[in-house]
Amino acid sequence: MSEKVLMKGNEALAESAMRAGCRFFFGYPITPQTELAAYMSKNMHKVGGVYLQAESEISAINMVYGASAAGARVMTSSSSPGISLKSEGISYMAGADLPGVIVNVQRGGPGLGSIQPSQSDYWQATRAMGHGDFHVIVYAPSTVQEMADYIYEAFDVADKYRTPVMILADGMLGQMMEPVVLPEPKTSLPEKPWACDGHKNAREHNIANSLYLTAEDLNRLNFERFERYETIKQNEQRADLYLVDDADIVLVAFGASARIAKSAVNAARAIGIKAGLIRPITLWPFPCDCIKQASLHAKAFLCVEMNMGQMVDDVRLCVAGSKPVSFFGRTGGVIPAPLEVLDCIKSLNEGGR
Amino acid sequence: MAEEKVMFDRPHALLPIVTNYCPGCTHGIVNRLVAEVIDELGIEGRCVGVAPVGCSVMAYKFFGCDMAEAAHGRAPAVATGLKRTHPENIVFSYQGDGDLASIGMAETVHAASRGEKITVIFINNAIYGMTGGQMAPTSLPNQITQTSPYGRDVITAGYPIRVCEMLSTLDGVAYLERVCVDSPRNVRKAKAAIKKAFTYQSESRGYTLVEVVSTCPTNWGMTPQKAFEWMRENMLPYYPLGVYKDVVAEGFENAAEAALKRAEACPMVNVQKEA
Amino acid sequence: MSEFHEELRIVLAGFGGQGLLFAGKVLAYTGLIDDREVSWLPSYGPEMRGGTANCNVSLSDEAIGSPLVLDPNVLIAMNQPSLEKFEPMCVPGALLLVDSSMVPVKVGRTDVEVCYVPATKLAEDAGLKGLANIVLVGKLFAMKGFCSWDTLEAAIKKCVPAKKVEMVQKNLDALMLGVSA
Repeated sequence: MSEKVLMKGNEALAESAMRAGCRFFFGYPITPQTELAAYMSKNMHKVGGVYLQAESEISAINMVYGASAAGARVMTSSSSPGISLKSEGISYMAGADLPGVIVNVQRGGPGLGSIQPSQSDYWQATRAMGHGDFHVIVYAPSTVQEMADYIYEAFDVADKYRTPVMILADGMLGQMMEPVVLPEPKTSLPEKPWACDGHKNAREHNIANSLYLTAEDLNRLNFERFERYETIKQNEQRADLYLVDDADIVLVAFGASARIAKSAVNAARAIGIKAGLIRPITLWPFPCDCIKQASLHAKAFLCVEMNMGQMVDDVRLCVAGSKPVSFFGRTGGVIPAPLEVLDCIKSLNEGGR
Repeated sequence: MAEEKVMFDRPHALLPIVTNYCPGCTHGIVNRLVAEVIDELGIEGRCVGVAPVGCSVMAYKFFGCDMAEAAHGRAPAVATGLKRTHPENIVFSYQGDGDLASIGMAETVHAASRGEKITVIFINNAIYGMTGGQMAPTSLPNQITQTSPYGRDVITAGYPIRVCEMLSTLDGVAYLERVCVDSPRNVRKAKAAIKKAFTYQSESRGYTLVEVVSTCPTNWGMTPQKAFEWMRENMLPYYPLGVYKDVVAEGFENAAEAALKRAEACPMVNVQKEA
Repeated sequence: MSEFHEELRIVLAGFGGQGLLFAGKVLAYTGLIDDREVSWLPSYGPEMRGGTANCNVSLSDEAIGSPLVLDPNVLIAMNQPSLEKFEPMCVPGALLLVDSSMVPVKVGRTDVEVCYVPATKLAEDAGLKGLANIVLVGKLFAMKGFCSWDTLEAAIKKCVPAKKVEMVQKNLDALMLGVSA
């Protein structure tokens, strides 16, 4: 096993991606993901890969499309406004069943917003990552270690299901340093017989395409893709459960805000309140099963997010009205304080909303 | 019995598929020329094409090599991804004027400035064809289209863009030529240009583009013959045929060498990098 | 290593260029070397260029929740705006290390431990210009003993870039200057 090192989240993403076999990075500068691109520009050539700074996020995601179509393990990274620009290309990738990894180190929005940490792209990532009927698999790491672990996994999952995969991080996770043990470099990668890499006069031509002018064809393909999404829902739901078994008040939080929620849960337990935390690790597929399970014994749910209340929609869908679901959020780069969350827990425990 | 000899056939790289092109459209000629060049260079097995959004949006079905369909304007970016992944492959994009010079101008300029070793086939017929005849970045002054019903007013709609002239200023470019396909002679010249572009790419000389001044009988509202006449009369004076850049003819090995010479007075350009 | 149990939630603040992020990194590396839980979080953005800079370091034996330190028990302040901003956030009993050659005012609170070190002047007088940050790390080490000297020395060696290896000894000198200040 590799030794433990101290790294920024952005750098851990970059190094782990290369260890996962990523050899192509197409990006465009934006705060607060800059260190990721900088790390790639410094190191990608050392493993025989390509780092290219595109003229725009739009161009970068279309380079990703091209490299993915050619069979490469490829990624791009950006932050919220840049992801909006990439959303068109992500839709095309989904429509052409092309794998690839997209990192969003979120900052405050809407518009130019702020450059401070935020989780306000949850809806975008899970609901509307571009036009058309499609999903991307979304991982929400909560530590620098998880940044390394899940991007490493993301490339495999992307290839397995032939779908774009997003790492939804934020400025805090990207900028902070924590100890991390990096995964071993992958030595073998899956074959891609569908790739547009030149047919060598040995097969029919391959086509990477999302255009289907015959309505029935597109209808059939969308249904087929959604069957694949059902498989993903069954196989890939991930969540971390902390003191949930006997919890009266169940917090639900992802990424950076889950760290704060966990501190609040500990503080609540210290004063005798049975609080617990469900931390979704995949945001799509959303880990519905464990939330349904917890709704059998919990008195109330509390979502803690760095936005105006986005994931709370999914929690309410899972709980389906059986228990009250409250929300606590901060936006624009303001990080919720554990004591504020504790106050919410206390209030819920006393029967408040 | 006399020996039979095939004098004319479909190129191997052009699949036996009925195209969606209108009667009299020059796309069919240019598709065929590209396929003939692929055949003659024997590169179909390592060739990957990029189809655009526009009338040639279905081109991914027509060519026998591997094909990728790009979003509107993004073909040079997609081609960049394909080429960087497999530099040994021959990658071309096939784009119209709206795709290349309007929505995709940034991708066009930057692929050229990076010296991406790709070949761009640019169909300039001064109009958006697939969407039904709107004003294009290359529509001529006073040209009537669906969205310039009183004729293109350059005061409000601006001037047409001469793509070859503009790209010729960029250091990453190895070869630019503007051709047309209105006569057998010009078709042969167009094919020679396309072949040179593909050849330069296979020799890694730099970015290559062939602009084909074309017609759109349907949206121009003319017969094919009349359309060619209109093209010769109006388009060719605005978009003169000819070679706009050929670094080899200028005596250089490739675009990089030409760029170095052009900027030799700049000390930064001559910095020797450590290995 | 589990002999140092006190959890430190440290804010280092001052002007950009005073090396606060670097000093924070040294502290974080001591935690890494001793296999403790560590987080390091910089302020980032346009204010980095010549403006105020701060960084948060947590050293703990428990998993760290928010890396954002809202209730520091150690504040290293290298300019007056930083002291004014972060002094009210410190918990009662916190240690405030103030570079008194940069901060002309005194700490108003009486429920905290204050230590004034003219770190910038000490460093300059000793030919260690630019290492006031490390002088203050040395002082923190002397007062809190959050790791062994060997660990601290190893952390310095980890943080000094290979291209500037001659800076290792200067950093160690600065640490010693802080220890004896």
